[in-house]
Amino acid sequence: MIGLPHFLVLAGVLFSIAVAGIFLNRKNVIVLLMCIELMLLAVNFNFVAFSRWLGDLNGQVFVFFILTVAAAESAIGLAILVVLFRERRSINVDSLNRMRG
Amino acid sequence: MLTTILFYVFASVLVGAALGVVLCKNPVHAALSLVLAFFNSAALWLLLQAEFLGIVLVLVYVGAVMVLFLFVVMMLDINIAQMREGFTRYAPLGVLVAAIMVAEITYVVWVRHLGIDLSVWAPAMPAGFSNTKALGAVLYTDYLLPFQLAAVVLLVAIVGAISLTMRKRAGYKQQDIAAQVAVRWQDRVRVMKVDSEQVR
Repeated sequence: MIGLPHFLVLAGVLFSIAVAGIFLNRKNVIVLLMCIELMLLAVNFNFVAFSRWLGDLNGQVFVFFILTVAAAESAIGLAILVVLFRERRSINVDSLNRMRG
Repeated sequence: MLTTILFYVFASVLVGAALGVVLCKNPVHAALSLVLAFFNSAALWLLLQAEFLGIVLVLVYVGAVMVLFLFVVMMLDINIAQMREGFTRYAPLGVLVAAIMVAEITYVVWVRHLGIDLSVWAPAMPAGFSNTKALGAVLYTDYLLPFQLAAVVLLVAIVGAISLTMRKRAGYKQQDIAAQVAVRWQDRVRVMKVDSEQVR
């Protein structure tokens, strides 16, 4: 029988893969954005699983809002990426040193 | 029993697709793996009786966000070999961090059960229960203001994305409608006073 821990561990594994992906692909901004999407998915998984476990719909409403904000975030992120590529002809994270940070 | 089999099938494909996102050399393959991951998550959410969110995940993410990702990936000319520099150098650290996180989460959730009895689900909804209808009833009453704010966030994202990527190119000819409408006759027509010549 599948219980709540199955889903929570699955979400944890998903989140950890995404974190490892940020470590591995630290040059490529597009893959970094995809890893962030994967992390948000893992978090949403927890919300949906707990919502089902408690029989409470509010968790699903939260997932709805997270999906909205994540869509907005990726649209803006990709727009910045396009502008960056026009400016630099590259999306290497290492070349983002204009602000000397 | 069927639920158990379905859970393990979808979960294993989901983890495999997530690994594909992280490990693929080509960003296009990574984006397609992410599409697969979203599909399997939607299936798992259906198992959790979150039908509306499962459909929304497929529609919004696979239909809109991932298509946007694919557009951008294919539009940019990326040097893949250069992007892969340092991959093996950071691999041990990344794998270590991921392994520690999985171990911790598994310990808390699986071994300690969060300190509570996790074995019982809330009773399943009766047949004919509409998840979409119930969600809509909550969304348009208790969460009306956040719902409107979410709409504003999306509007800001639209305006921001367009204004970021729009540019004025040199030598690019276009109409300036405001200037055309605002023009006066004095700007276009010059009245000359010409002395008439004497014809003998």
